[in-house]
Amino acid sequence: MQTIDARGAFCPGPLMELIAALKLSAIGDQIEILSTDKGSVADVPEWVAKVGHKMVGVTEKGDHWSIVVEKAK
Amino acid sequence: MAKNILIVGGGLAGTIVANGLCRQLAPQLRSGEVVITMLGTTETHMYQPGLLYVPFGRIREHELFRDQRKVLDRRVIFHVDPAKHIDVEKNQVSTAGGRTLKYDYLVLATGSRIMPQSIPGMVEGGHWFYDLEGARKMRDALSKFEGGKIIVNANAPHKCPVAPLEITFMLYDYLKAKNLLDKSEIIYTYPIGRLHALEPVALWAKPEFDKLGIKYETFFNTESVDPGAKTITSAEGVTLPYDLLVTIPPHQGAQVIVDSDLGKGGWVPTNTKTLHRDGSTNIFVCGDTTNIPISKAGSTAHFEADVLIDNLASLLTENRMARDYDGKVFCFIETGSSTGTYVWFNYTTPPNPGPPSQMVHWFKLAYNRLYWLSAKGLL
Ligand SMILES: Cc1cc2nc3c(=O)[nH]c(=O)nc-3n(C[C@H](O)[C@H](O)[C@H](O)COP(=O)(O)OP(=O)(O)OC[C@H]3O[C@@H](n4cnc5c(N)ncnc54)[C@H](O)[C@@H]3O)c2cc1C
Repeated sequence: MQTIDARGAFCPGPLMELIAALKLSAIGDQIEILSTDKGSVADVPEWVAKVGHKMVGVTEKGDHWSIVVEKAK
Repeated sequence: MAKNILIVGGGLAGTIVANGLCRQLAPQLRSGEVVITMLGTTETHMYQPGLLYVPFGRIREHELFRDQRKVLDRRVIFHVDPAKHIDVEKNQVSTAGGRTLKYDYLVLATGSRIMPQSIPGMVEGGHWFYDLEGARKMRDALSKFEGGKIIVNANAPHKCPVAPLEITFMLYDYLKAKNLLDKSEIIYTYPIGRLHALEPVALWAKPEFDKLGIKYETFFNTESVDPGAKTITSAEGVTLPYDLLVTIPPHQGAQVIVDSDLGKGGWVPTNTKTLHRDGSTNIFVCGDTTNIPISKAGSTAHFEADVLIDNLASLLTENRMARDYDGKVFCFIETGSSTGTYVWFNYTTPPNPGPPSQMVHWFKLAYNRLYWLSAKGLL
């Protein structure tokens, strides 16, 4: 699984990084994004639902979150 | 034996690094202990931010270009000969022209490029200002535009994060000056759920857009363009009609990075602080070509280059690294044809844009000229 460490990223931000990474992935690939921005916990699942990918899980890990997404289309 | 520093890419990052190293390693260059070589793709150096003004006819094309040989310190050996394959095991780079260059230290600065061809219909249906040919075509389209729907469409990832906002405000002012505002509509689309990746910038932009009547569609990642029907469709399932489509296509890094298996999409995995390529101690990455989750911008390239120069010079003379990169980025934002603002941030300090002013706009215009000093490493 590919991990994108977007902890502390102000720009372009965790969701933009995830979108860019998913473009380069194959269907079925899972990507983990690490974010210190609490907003990502709402943003990422909202976008994933809208676009039709699959949320695998969100885990709080101390000072950051790990969000795992699977490319579905 | 001389130590060879090889810089691949003669854009902003590569040029600043080369010139900075020449200054810090002057004695070593003179004695022949160090040799600096650069591989580039063209004789000319283009000032990319100047492209923003081309569609509006507000810059003359020749102002965008300088002879790379003149921008570069004369002690740098410069070959117009693109790297074809980078072999990090053998510490060598082979070129399109058939050279094989060995290095002790390698600097990867091959930048990023637009990939409109990665979205069906975008090449045929879209206009952009991210290369000269596109900017000229957009200038023609704008001069013929008599009103209608203009879509400004930003895609991830892209360099110069503020360009989508700048072009929108500039289009607005252009339409106003041409008396086309009442016959036109501007719709801005953005990949994530707000108007800009930086939250403070997004919060600032929203009331500005509302005030000007600029519409927006967020969570919009382009899936296809239908040039016949003149519509654009997002992966999120929204289709919008347009009369003129201005797009910031998704970007990738250089082909040579992909071909040499140094990073998916041309982005090289890079240590955020040391700027080492992950897994190497003699390869550094600078500018757009890193995978660091910060803005792909000239200012990022510049601040990274400053750190890289200090580190490489220290490694060569004292066998130690000098300092870490702190993630610093500074961006001017044009907020119309006569006002601007700016943001700066780093890994730990969030951005905080000030109110737009004429003075900041003038600074940006001045910077358009000062760029060449910055590339020379004098600024
Ligand atoms: C329209 C526009 C507006 C912008 N506005 C701003 C702004 O206002 N502020 C800001 O900070 N930034 C701005 N930028 C972004 C800025 O120009 C880039 O982020 C910056 O140039 C990155 O520097 P770089 O050296 O990484 O890449 P580049 O400057 O693009 O240089 C990469 C170089 O590598 C060369 N290369 C590629 N492949 C090879 C190879 N195989 N062998 C040898 N050489 C190779 C390329 O030809 C190129 O010369 C703007 C960009 C555009 C397009």
